Amino acid sequence: MGIHRGHKARPGEWLAEKFIFLVSLSAILMVLLIFLFVAREALPVFLGQTNTALVQKPIPPVEMDKHSPAELQAYLELTPDQYAKMNKATLRSLMDVKVEAQDDVPEDFRNDPDAKINTTEWKYLVDSHKWSGYDKPEYIWQPVGQIKKFNIIPLFVGTLKITLIGLLFAVPLAVGAAIYVSQLARPRVREIVKPAIELLSGIPSVVVGVFALLVMATVLQSIFHYQTRLNAFVAGIALGFAVIPVIFSIAEDALTSVPRAYTQGALALGASRWQTAWQIVLPAALPGVFAAAVLGFGRAIGETMIVLMVCSASVMSWSIFDSARSITTTIAAEMAEAVNGGPHYRILFMLGALLFAATFVSNMIGDFVIHRFKLKLEGKR
Amino acid sequence: MNTVTPGQYLPESSSDTTRITRSFRAEKFDFWSFFFSGLTGLATLFILGILATILLNIIINGWSAISWHFVSTIPKKDFFDANTTGVLPMIVGTAFRVIVMTIFVIPVGVITAIYLTEYAANTSIITRIIRAAVNNLAGVPSIVFGLFGLGFFINFVGKNLDKLLHNTDAVWGQPALIWASLTLAVMTLPVVIVATEESLKAIPPGLREASLALGATKLETILKIVLPQALPGIMTGGILAVSRAAGEVAPILFTGVAYYMASLPGHLSDQFMDLGYHIFVLSTQSPNIEQTRPILYATVLTLLMLTFALNIVAILIRARVRKKLRALG
Repeated sequence: MGIHRGHKARPGEWLAEKFIFLVSLSAILMVLLIFLFVAREALPVFLGQTNTALVQKPIPPVEMDKHSPAELQAYLELTPDQYAKMNKATLRSLMDVKVEAQDDVPEDFRNDPDAKINTTEWKYLVDSHKWSGYDKPEYIWQPVGQIKKFNIIPLFVGTLKITLIGLLFAVPLAVGAAIYVSQLARPRVREIVKPAIELLSGIPSVVVGVFALLVMATVLQSIFHYQTRLNAFVAGIALGFAVIPVIFSIAEDALTSVPRAYTQGALALGASRWQTAWQIVLPAALPGVFAAAVLGFGRAIGETMIVLMVCSASVMSWSIFDSARSITTTIAAEMAEAVNGGPHYRILFMLGALLFAATFVSNMIGDFVIHRFKLKLEGKR
Repeated sequence: MNTVTPGQYLPESSSDTTRITRSFRAEKFDFWSFFFSGLTGLATLFILGILATILLNIIINGWSAISWHFVSTIPKKDFFDANTTGVLPMIVGTAFRVIVMTIFVIPVGVITAIYLTEYAANTSIITRIIRAAVNNLAGVPSIVFGLFGLGFFINFVGKNLDKLLHNTDAVWGQPALIWASLTLAVMTLPVVIVATEESLKAIPPGLREASLALGATKLETILKIVLPQALPGIMTGGILAVSRAAGEVAPILFTGVAYYMASLPGHLSDQFMDLGYHIFVLSTQSPNIEQTRPILYATVLTLLMLTFALNIVAILIRARVRKKLRALG
């Protein structure tokens, strides 16, 4: 706070200061740790060390010495650490297990071309593929069963669909309410409305989920007459409820921080309150309002429980009245059944890492825009 | 608030004398202003309407189903049965994990806020990085915190702890209350930091100057003058963190929550049942949704009463702190 000592700190004081400084670094440490450890679990996918091919050409254990360590490590699906710790006997027994596993492959899959595919290759993760039994190439997320299909595109489409519906619903409402509360409402009204909207953010997302599941889904179906009762549309609207308070409070903050001289000048020139709000205050606060929408997007893309409760099926479809499954939902629903360390587990972590990256970027953009906006209003730029 | 009515004293065009007299009427009616102001007002009303609908729906449906027996009973394995079920272990589990979380998050959050307001130079690069990190932490999706808890606390810290202690069975290297609490502590860190910082800034610099002028050191000033003054703000931060954490389900999904436990959690390495997760289970895995509906609503009401009581206290304290801040200009 700008007060500086004239004298040198005492040793105890010096220690305490260093301690305070070190503790304050914990926020940075946590962000780094989150990134490191989510990425660490996902690393084998990025490095191509996972293999889900059902039918593999087994390497007979006697030929072990003919192959390089790198080949063996990839073949046995081990991390370099695990590989380094194993002695020859363990490796040999692992290879025996591998050969036996090949004998256990069900007869139907022996001649299936899909069974020879490693479905965790990037080609199969992001591009459509003509699976046996389908007439045309399709994007499929189907992580259980003999041939595990890990195409992440349906999840991206689902996330995008739900998030966009949520934002299209929430942004106009929240920004409208922010304009009303900050510019048009009387102080007494403002003092009631603001805490009330803040209270909305205090409702846990499972509770919003229950409301959407039991009440909203029925009401919306009776209005729009669509087929599936629980779909991306219902999830999007419910998601909007959760995002409204976030967008509202940031937008309201931005609108209030526009200097009062702007408003007074416009009013003195004869503009009405609405004209002042729309033509003077809103343009001045536009970066802040934009940042509010961006941060709302970050919040919406990461919301889990609402979407988990309202829709579940991962269908590749752009229709908003079909079911959809978001990335967050997939992680939440499938992590429990994924084998710790297996390909499914790795891919779920990879989705988490992508999600983290997406929100990281949207937060950075939002904060940067708000920072510039505040500097500009203070006349420092 | 500005009390000048717009358009009251100014003629539209000075050459038109008839308009001058007309514009002296109380206010010129402008249809579009009225229309758009009305729209924003409607948007506000709509949001308040949503809030009211959610709350009323839950209170009305939940009130008839909630009872002392419900709140104080440990349910049998089949907790979908409306007559014998209860939520005592869920309340205890939620409270337990939140209390453990508070023990970790409050000291770290408060010390960080003290550094940011009392020691750090606002322009220094490290301060800006800390602030960016705090903002980012606030925006990380809750499910990613869950993954982090699994990847770091359980698979890294817990497993290595087991190795160190020579545990043959996994004691710490599995989902446990302590890991769920720590994950939530990381998640709510920004809430505590921001609230504490706000209340520290509300303390007049004069108080610090007076203390320093009387010969107190900087640390003494912070401990004996600044912190006692900031206590309401720190409490607000703690309460907000607790209410946020109490309702979160995603971060604890893989880090400690259990579908069913016959006994209450008694140790940090135990798993626990949780109100929010129980709501999720009741609403999505019930064999007969019509029959479980009353207990579902009663559970939701229990959770809502818990978080709302906390929220309202926090909002009241914060309103007072903000008023003080505004009075200081």
